[in-house]
Amino acid sequence: MIYLQYVANGILLGGIYASIAAGLSLVWGVLNIVNLMHGILIVAGAYVAFFAYQMLGIHPFLSVIPAGILVGLCAYALQMVVINRVVAQSILVTLTLTFGLDLIVNNGMLLAFTADYRRVVLQNPLGVANVLGIIVPLDRAAATVLALVLTVALWLLLKTTRIGRAIIAVRFDRDAASLMGINVAQIYGITFAIGAALAAAAGSLISVVFPFSPLTEYSFLFKAFIICILGGVGSIPGAALGGFVLGLIESLGTAAFGPEHALTVSFGVLIAFLLLRPQGLLGRAGFE
Amino acid sequence: MTALPATATRAAAVAFGFAILAAIAIGGDNYVLRLATTAAMYCALAYAWNFIGGFAGYPLFGIAAFFGLGAYGGALAQTNAVPLPLPWLAGFALAFVFALLLGVVILRLRGHAFAIITLVIAEVLSEITNSWTTLTGGGSGINIPFPHLGTHGIALLFFAAMAANALLALLVTALVNRSRIGFALHCLRQNEHAASSVGVDTAHYKNLAFALSAGFAGSTGAIYASWIGYIGPTDVFDILLSIKPIVMVMIGGVATIFGPLFGALAFLALDELVWRNFLEAHSGVLGFIIVLLILFLPRGIAAFDWRARLKARFA
Repeated sequence: MIYLQYVANGILLGGIYASIAAGLSLVWGVLNIVNLMHGILIVAGAYVAFFAYQMLGIHPFLSVIPAGILVGLCAYALQMVVINRVVAQSILVTLTLTFGLDLIVNNGMLLAFTADYRRVVLQNPLGVANVLGIIVPLDRAAATVLALVLTVALWLLLKTTRIGRAIIAVRFDRDAASLMGINVAQIYGITFAIGAALAAAAGSLISVVFPFSPLTEYSFLFKAFIICILGGVGSIPGAALGGFVLGLIESLGTAAFGPEHALTVSFGVLIAFLLLRPQGLLGRAGFE
Repeated sequence: MTALPATATRAAAVAFGFAILAAIAIGGDNYVLRLATTAAMYCALAYAWNFIGGFAGYPLFGIAAFFGLGAYGGALAQTNAVPLPLPWLAGFALAFVFALLLGVVILRLRGHAFAIITLVIAEVLSEITNSWTTLTGGGSGINIPFPHLGTHGIALLFFAAMAANALLALLVTALVNRSRIGFALHCLRQNEHAASSVGVDTAHYKNLAFALSAGFAGSTGAIYASWIGYIGPTDVFDILLSIKPIVMVMIGGVATIFGPLFGALAFLALDELVWRNFLEAHSGVLGFIIVLLILFLPRGIAAFDWRARLKARFA
């Protein structure tokens, strides 16, 4: 019975994990850049939600929209002004650039908000439900459902809208897309903004679930990365599936080995997975 | 082999420069010695990174994993009364073997996936060190006893060790560059598929390059542990330790013999300036410098054509 509880806990994490990975996966797939700022963007979204709740009493679930817009706009500017200059260069160059930017933002946040761990403590929590002996914290369940909605919204945006089709076209063949009249630099800016907005929106949801500080950025980045590899890079359904897989791995792994080994357990699974299925759950072979 | 005389002249110039710097360091006070030891450490790390990151073209973003592994290996050997310099060799061996085993799995990845997984490995090792308190002391770290040589004697000893380590890394780099291994790595950096289809055993050579990178990072970590006298998981697995060697090699020139040396020295100058002037914001300022370097000198200072620029300006 206790195992059902662990499975439920894992599923409750899964939606949130899906949303933190979807943005990273999108940017990785389209721009061929792993954005090392992804973790700090999540933390930024969490701070927006935290201060909006503390100062204005806005529920963190509502902060998803302003946090997404705010961080998305900053990210758009960053991509257009800075990152687009080196976007076609080697991995070493793009990774080092996003790492340098990450250092700046991280240091700025440490100075502005200190390294203290924070978390939104709701004054009127939804409480817990008891489903057949399994305890479900309702705020966490709501956060995970909302996160999943965001992930599905991204998927629909890519599938159905003009801008989404343009993003996919650039992903498949940048030169051909450019010949079809798509402004590739603009699409890069928009894609990066969407990825960042999703990260910040996920961060707002996370502010209710996990403690956060500028120091937790790498833990979020690494989770997102592991999910991308598990699910297959660039695939949004893959990110969703990978999110639930990682949620279950962490929940069961924590039960078996203790919370201090969470990353080690996930990493062990990742290594085993790379040996058995290097293209990811829903990915195609041969990605870089 | 027409390039040989130029390389030889350069090597002589570098050796001469080294000798002068070493003489200044040995004659200097403890601050100068500390700076010189740091310079040697940065050089060694830059050379270590250059094997897999430069010659093989695999973007290693987690050299701190091997630095930390070597530091802990060396520190544990030393606290168990293994005499110097054996703990330093142990640091090399431990990281070398660990990378050989790890390489079998993760060198199947390329590009971003390889880069980030190495970043994750450093974090995983830090997590394991933190929780394995019976062996590593956990978060409170390990204190390493200093040899009984007096303050200045100790400073001299560790400078000599770091400098020898860096020199060894340079020599191995030069040897690798001139041998079959260097040629194979050069091919595999250009096009791995093509290299393996003409019969280059790419898996073998990139594993070797990865292990060499890890080994030298490990020996550097072990010497660092004895030098500083205290290590903890947050400082030896620090993500900044992974990024600094990359920036150094990028400044000096990727996959070159002397690039890492100049890059490390240039970076140390920047690093000292930043630390002195911006204690609170040093990582942000460092980030700013990294961004500027990438935007304006993406191929390094070595590739910047000063003469052409000057001619264009004054012609």
